[in-house]
Amino acid sequence: MHLYELPLLFVLVGLVFYVVLAGADFGAGIWQLLAGRGERGALIREHAHKSISPVWEANHVWLIFVLTVTWTAYPTVFASIASTLSIPLFIAAIGIILRGAAYALRSGTASAREQSSIDTVFAISSILTPFALGTMVGAIAARRVPVGNAAGHLFSSWTGPTSILIGVLALATSAYLAAVFLAADAARVGERDLQASFRTRALVAGITAGAIALAGLVVLHADVHPLYQRLLHGDALAALIVSILAGAVTLELVRRQRFETARYSAALAVAAVVAGWALAQNPVLLPGLTVREAAAPHDTLVVVIVAVLGGAVILFPSLALLFRLVLRGQLDHGEMLAAPTPAPALGTLLSASAPGLLARAAGACLLAGFGFLTLAEAGWAHAIGVVALFGFMVCGFLADVPSQLAPFDRN
Amino acid sequence: MQALSFSVHIPLVCFGIAFPAMILFVEWLYLRSGDELYRTLARRWTRVMAALFAIGVITGTILSFEMGLLWPAFTSTFGSVFGLGFAVEGFSFFMEAIFIGIYIYGWDRLSPKTHLLSGIPIAIAGMTGSLMVISVNAWMNHPSGFELLGGKAVDVHPLTALFANSFLWPELVHMYIAGYIVAGFLLAGAYAIGRLRKYPLPPTRYERTALAIPLTIAALASPVQILIGDWAARDVATAQPIKLAAIEGLARTTKGASEHLLGWYTQGQVKYGIAIPKLLSLLAFHNPNAVVKGLDTVPADRQPPVNVVRISFQLMVGIGTLLALLGVVYLFVRIRRKRLPESLWFYRALALAGPASVVALIAGWVTTEVGRQPWVVYKVMLTNEAVTGASGIPVGYATLVLVYIGVGIGVVWILRRLAGMPMGLPGAGDGVSDAEQPRGVV
Repeated sequence: MHLYELPLLFVLVGLVFYVVLAGADFGAGIWQLLAGRGERGALIREHAHKSISPVWEANHVWLIFVLTVTWTAYPTVFASIASTLSIPLFIAAIGIILRGAAYALRSGTASAREQSSIDTVFAISSILTPFALGTMVGAIAARRVPVGNAAGHLFSSWTGPTSILIGVLALATSAYLAAVFLAADAARVGERDLQASFRTRALVAGITAGAIALAGLVVLHADVHPLYQRLLHGDALAALIVSILAGAVTLELVRRQRFETARYSAALAVAAVVAGWALAQNPVLLPGLTVREAAAPHDTLVVVIVAVLGGAVILFPSLALLFRLVLRGQLDHGEMLAAPTPAPALGTLLSASAPGLLARAAGACLLAGFGFLTLAEAGWAHAIGVVALFGFMVCGFLADVPSQLAPFDRN
Repeated sequence: MQALSFSVHIPLVCFGIAFPAMILFVEWLYLRSGDELYRTLARRWTRVMAALFAIGVITGTILSFEMGLLWPAFTSTFGSVFGLGFAVEGFSFFMEAIFIGIYIYGWDRLSPKTHLLSGIPIAIAGMTGSLMVISVNAWMNHPSGFELLGGKAVDVHPLTALFANSFLWPELVHMYIAGYIVAGFLLAGAYAIGRLRKYPLPPTRYERTALAIPLTIAALASPVQILIGDWAARDVATAQPIKLAAIEGLARTTKGASEHLLGWYTQGQVKYGIAIPKLLSLLAFHNPNAVVKGLDTVPADRQPPVNVVRISFQLMVGIGTLLALLGVVYLFVRIRRKRLPESLWFYRALALAGPASVVALIAGWVTTEVGRQPWVVYKVMLTNEAVTGASGIPVGYATLVLVYIGVGIGVVWILRRLAGMPMGLPGAGDGVSDAEQPRGVV
């Protein structure tokens, strides 16, 4: 592995996380659309919404991660893809806007009608975005994105058979992942009915996704023959076999209602497909452009790698915390615990003499800030000035706290 | 298109910077005092934050899409130089999203202390995130850390480019304080509207607390902003003389230049403005006789549109000064009379202050961005060299406008709804009325 390949590895890891985690969130939207009418449909929609609400924002950020690392480490690739495929990217963007907005608005809905119309917007955008992103992947795989500023065809680049195939596959895998995850969530909160419904859905969606993936090989054979050949050789073939096995194991686990384990095998099945694609296409990123040629200068690569690894040290424990809380049901909706009332200890908040002192400190800070920042010229003096001004704001605010509390208490 | 998305995103960023800190402060008050009022307030604000953050997530994503959709040539040439800033920003975004999930859904499910702790990363990530984005913008204004060879960036040092930049610090501090001002005034303004609506009924204790906390923050921050802004302007004077010349409408290089208030720039001079002799030289270089470079130092096609820059700048400074005055009035009443101001005019002004601060924020951003034109990277890359070759931009633009209008209406609607929702918490008692008023201004 070379230095210039490492950021690409990060991008692929990010992509796998995005496809699996955000894919499942998109899938939840798809199931909302297919939930049907009546009380049962409402239950399914509600379950899908509750399951994803604490995590969807974090899951969505994987996309941002993929984009930023790509444009830092492989700027030309990012620019070529985004300009040629501007239409599907734009469609995905609209989908993302509508989805986020629908999510934000849902908490304010009062009537069932409002809620179901918001859910419909959410569901439609959940279909739009993965499909559009899938067609983009298809366009890259089919080598329809040449290097350069909008060098490829604006429409035919992403409407080829491979693009449509991957778009549909993205929808199917999203629905499949979501059904497995939602069944597991339903099992956790003890909703037998929902568990059974999502079990059926997971089985159907899993078989469908598998069938589309196999049919896809036929499409690839006709549309992108070189990729097809490389896909059935060496490491890529191994990845495909892993995917098929993991998919089969998942179906069996879902059938036996072992949903928690099925989460991981389902994710593995999808991740292996992404890996297979990456291996088959390596080392060519875009037609005539290898990973090595596309990579940013050495210093940038080093800094990006350090930044990503450093970020990962903070990120993964935090993600682990979030998912642990979610999987243990600690962030579930439902009955609230009685709020524990902490001991009143306002007296110790700030001693009686502190406000006067703080106010004077604030005044001194303001004066110092003005002197150092505005009158003085040197850089170090400016730094002191800024610190002093922040000191003014903090001291001023703290000085104000007790007076804020005291007169109000009389009411 | 990017401008539009930015205008939508920037006010949300302000809430991202300042709101978590305010909520945490209120929650901390609750933990210290055991007073249910603070708990209710923190929970209400949390719901608003949740909705605003969701919108912030999507507008932020759209911005990153637009780096490719609109500026592929810019990204492809300089991605290796500035991209790091966004990559780290991505991580900040991650931390924000993760902990906001824990914080929002963790009320009553985590122990009070753990819950408070889970909010701290949100505030920190809001800060580092804005640091990164501003570092990229500062780099565009004052590029360094690379060599340009045959249209490709070589000898790239991203760390130097982004963080060893004299422009970064004033810009960052300026933006950061603006975040507190905008969030503070908007929030206080919303409660001020509430107060005006139910006048002459006296405000409840809840309403007064909800008004006082953001207002005190904004009132303290706005006078400071004048000093910080002055500092930033002096940096512009040395590093981007043309931007300063455009801000001031200074056509020719002048010794002891005068400052013009208001007016309209035409044919090389400011008409109908009030001129204050030598003030510009004094402000920019601390010397009443200093030479200030004029627009004539560069060819006409390298000059920014003067009136746009000038008017935005004056708008920002004018509003900023009025806000600072309002803040000083408030602090004065607070210190001398030990109560909130009671005059209705004060609350009317406060209700206006929220939207006005957003106008000032956007005007400030227009000043720095348009003031840099026609360059996207100052003196390195022209904006029209950076733009996409794909057609259909107007169609995309129109669609985006429509979608954003829809989202805007939605946001107003949800905030009204959230504001109207009773929290119905045990022990909320006397202070918490359901009549908290809509924040219809975001």
